[in-house]
Amino acid sequence: MTAQTVAGAPTAPLLDFDDAVAAYEPVFGLETHVELSTRSKMFCGCATTFGAEPNTQVCPVCLGLPGSLPVANRAAVEATIRIGLALHCTIAPWCRFARKNYFYPDMPKNFQISQYDEPLCTDGYLDVEVDDRVFRIGIERVHLEEDTGKSLHVGGATGRIHGADYSLVDYNRAGIPLVEIVTKPVTGTGRLAPAVARAYVTELREVMRALGVSDVRMEQGSLRCDVNLSLHPVGSTTWGTRSETKNVNSLRSVERAVRYEIQRQAAVLHAGGRVVQETRHFHEDSGVTTPGRSKEQAEDYRYFPEPDLVPLAPDAAWVEELRATLPELPLDRRRRLRDAWGVSATEMQAALNAGAVDLIEATVAAGAPPRDAYKWWMGELARRANESGRELAELPITPADVAALCELVASGRLTDKLARDVLDGVLAGEGTPHEVVAARGLEVVSDDAALQRAVDDAIAAHPDVAEKIRGGKVAAAGVLVGAVMKSTGGRADAAKVRDLILRTLGTNS
Amino acid sequence: MPRLTRDDVAHLARLSRLALSDDELDHLAGQLDVIINAVARVSEVATPDVPPTSHPLPLTNVFRDDEVHPSLPVADVLAAAPAVEQQRFKVPRILEEE
Repeated sequence: MTAQTVAGAPTAPLLDFDDAVAAYEPVFGLETHVELSTRSKMFCGCATTFGAEPNTQVCPVCLGLPGSLPVANRAAVEATIRIGLALHCTIAPWCRFARKNYFYPDMPKNFQISQYDEPLCTDGYLDVEVDDRVFRIGIERVHLEEDTGKSLHVGGATGRIHGADYSLVDYNRAGIPLVEIVTKPVTGTGRLAPAVARAYVTELREVMRALGVSDVRMEQGSLRCDVNLSLHPVGSTTWGTRSETKNVNSLRSVERAVRYEIQRQAAVLHAGGRVVQETRHFHEDSGVTTPGRSKEQAEDYRYFPEPDLVPLAPDAAWVEELRATLPELPLDRRRRLRDAWGVSATEMQAALNAGAVDLIEATVAAGAPPRDAYKWWMGELARRANESGRELAELPITPADVAALCELVASGRLTDKLARDVLDGVLAGEGTPHEVVAARGLEVVSDDAALQRAVDDAIAAHPDVAEKIRGGKVAAAGVLVGAVMKSTGGRADAAKVRDLILRTLGTNS
Repeated sequence: MPRLTRDDVAHLARLSRLALSDDELDHLAGQLDVIINAVARVSEVATPDVPPTSHPLPLTNVFRDDEVHPSLPVADVLAAAPAVEQQRFKVPRILEEE
């Protein structure tokens, strides 16, 4: 066993990943919380704007003041039903909200309105693709609840003097509609478990986007994940004890958390120990999980049907009306685009992970050949987005710009190298590709007379090189090509220049 | 055998963050058991074909439209806070969180 340590965190011994999945089979489940992008909160009319000043979007209802009464937001219920339908779930014909009681200052009223044994949607699935294989992830339930407030912890860990520990709570988020999507246990993924987990959350995010029900901005917390995972020896049919990892709040982290828990639990089992059933916290910075509260004292939330709300009873007509609003599902769309663009499943997966699918589609719609559109977004532009730590969609360039660039290259007015210079200009805010070409004078020198003059000048300036070429040393032409490219500011087509040089020197090959 | 034991009451007190003395536990356990027994008599008359009531009105699908209404002025919101810092409710450190 190779014990690895991770710097800067309380570390657990880890088993090498390959050794871990050779000996143990992972079973995992994901609980995903998605904040709906309704204008108002779940049970009151407070606004839901992200980043508002603390405690400016609260009222007696979301503060749980005596005498206030919640009323369900129709748009949130409809969004949840649409999510359930997109995930192939059964929609409950009748169900209720439940009161989940707990003492914790993230809810001012000491309970959260949620759903318990009567979720709005049950028993569905979501197909995801990894390495050209399709994994059908079972959906256990989709239910609707309200989000909690946001706590800021001051003191202790942040370096204040001992004894100054306290928390500051902002209730703007308390009461925002939150949908919880719980998978069935996912089995049989083996070494692909981390990738399948990530692909599931990615696909779920795409579904939410396509439905238009959530911003799904993980960095703003509108999509959050908990990862449950257990291991059992390969060949065994009895599942092991699971851990529940909280705070997994980026796609990359989902993959890392699954991988880490596989390695950590494998090390425990390998050493003859027992995995403890507990809640663990994931740390974005170090990628490790650390133990939180043990599940020995099981929570006692004393759920009961919420007495302030009447039941939900979506009738068949309403459900069918909502079903008719469903968009083409993202995986179906990507399969269709894959055929249309002539790219492989792996290439499409890369485009999905890079957030490029919509951009490529819009570029193709603007007239670019699919291959060229794919090449620019996934090559040069992805590289630049990476370098500047931005998403592709955040780059100051439109699909129409990229389509124009493709056209300029296809028509021979720009070489690939010049096109990259034009890209610099567009990204620097100098205008559209055509404007940058005009302003920077980047167009390929297509004036043959001008090019011939540049070639003659280069030959005159390098008589020795010219002599070698005349003598049959064609390879020496590179020097003259370089000179012409220099004198034209890189605006010449190198292959054409080479031909012209050889022709001029009478060694046309 | 009481329906509600002294241990049950101690457990509920802990969940409710109520510090009850031994005397109070003895006293309340007895009282609460009387209340529970009184309420339990309902089940003597309820037949299996009567579903439990969770809301007094026979209504379903009562909704509000997704419209924003003014929230409380922040000063009114924080007037109810035990302590305030940075326009937030200041509370004892929340345990079990990173």
